[in-house]
Amino acid sequence: MSGLQSVLYCGVCTYPIEYCEFSGKLKRCKKWLLDNHPDIYPKYYSNDSKDDELPAVDSSIGVEREEKLEKSLKKLELKEENKEKRELEKKLSSKIIIKRESRTKRKSIVVISGLEILEIDMKKLAKTFASKFATGCAVSKNAEKKDDIVIQGDVLDQMDSYIHGLLEQHGLKNVKVEIIDNSKKKKAEAPKPTK
Amino acid sequence: MFKKFTKEDIHSRSKVKSSVQRTLKSKLVAQFPPLEEVIDELIPKKSQIELIKCEDKIQLYTVDGEVYFFQKFDELIPSLKFVHKFPKAFPTVQVDRGAIKFVLSGANIMCPGLTSPGAALPEAPGYEKDSIVVINAENKEHSLAIGKLLMSTEDIKSINKGHGIEMIHHLGDPLWNFSIE
Ligand SMILES: [Zn+2]
Repeated sequence: MSGLQSVLYCGVCTYPIEYCEFSGKLKRCKKWLLDNHPDIYPKYYSNDSKDDELPAVDSSIGVEREEKLEKSLKKLELKEENKEKRELEKKLSSKIIIKRESRTKRKSIVVISGLEILEIDMKKLAKTFASKFATGCAVSKNAEKKDDIVIQGDVLDQMDSYIHGLLEQHGLKNVKVEIIDNSKKKKAEAPKPTK
Repeated sequence: MFKKFTKEDIHSRSKVKSSVQRTLKSKLVAQFPPLEEVIDELIPKKSQIELIKCEDKIQLYTVDGEVYFFQKFDELIPSLKFVHKFPKAFPTVQVDRGAIKFVLSGANIMCPGLTSPGAALPEAPGYEKDSIVVINAENKEHSLAIGKLLMSTEDIKSINKGHGIEMIHHLGDPLWNFSIE
């Protein structure tokens, strides 16, 4: 028998679930709890409560302060929602650039920038690319001090469709993906039949 | 303490030797004696503590990528996730419901938030000034912060104004959100 406790942390705000009301994300927290732990949900919220209704609690601080607190928590929620909206808009207006550069006559590399909007660990993503395309892949800082992913080999087309898939997964389907092919010229010259 | 902490503040990472791991475990138990019954469960012999040295002389100790405790000076301070695993090992105080949102914003805790009807402090003799305390909240099951007493709990009761606890670590701060592979 273990003497240790395991705590259920909210999948949205990360707090122990009784603190969700203070996170500014209560609507989404409640939905998460209802979807993932319907058995626990009624312990905290009445099943017919409105989506932004705080849990019913005994409170020592008196009706007046409690009302004030509730108001400020609603305000926090609104602020948080607006912030998320702005962040999403900013993401949607950004773009991802996939660029092919030739390195030697035959070899080329593909550089992808703008992936930070996915908010995933770039090193991990580079590893995923490396195994997915069976090639070398590394993270490198660009002139704007942001992380680019550099992949060895001619994987431009595969990359394009893979990135679109990733964006869709992250709810960012509408982000533009621009393709720049700096090796085309040489490529066009290349396929001269060699006898 | 972790208000502006980011991964950029990491200087180095290293695995601690098993002898050091033993020393750290006994130090934790010495500081928080009730941990003795569960320490081998919390940090099993086969686990590996990693030391992460950071800016500002902060040292984090992680197990499986999760911060278990940290130190800036000599004493070891548990992380909230560690406290949640075995809360009864730690000196604890309680704030009233009205103080929760201030605690979660990283503010120091004012004495009245610790002495009002919804709050709770230990009975005399209580805890000394400079003790590390875990902070719970009225009608909440789990702790929400860790701090250091700026005055003894008896003084908090009698003086009852000004800052009573210095904030060290709270739910939602960068340390709470920190994890590493
Ligand atoms: Zn939540």
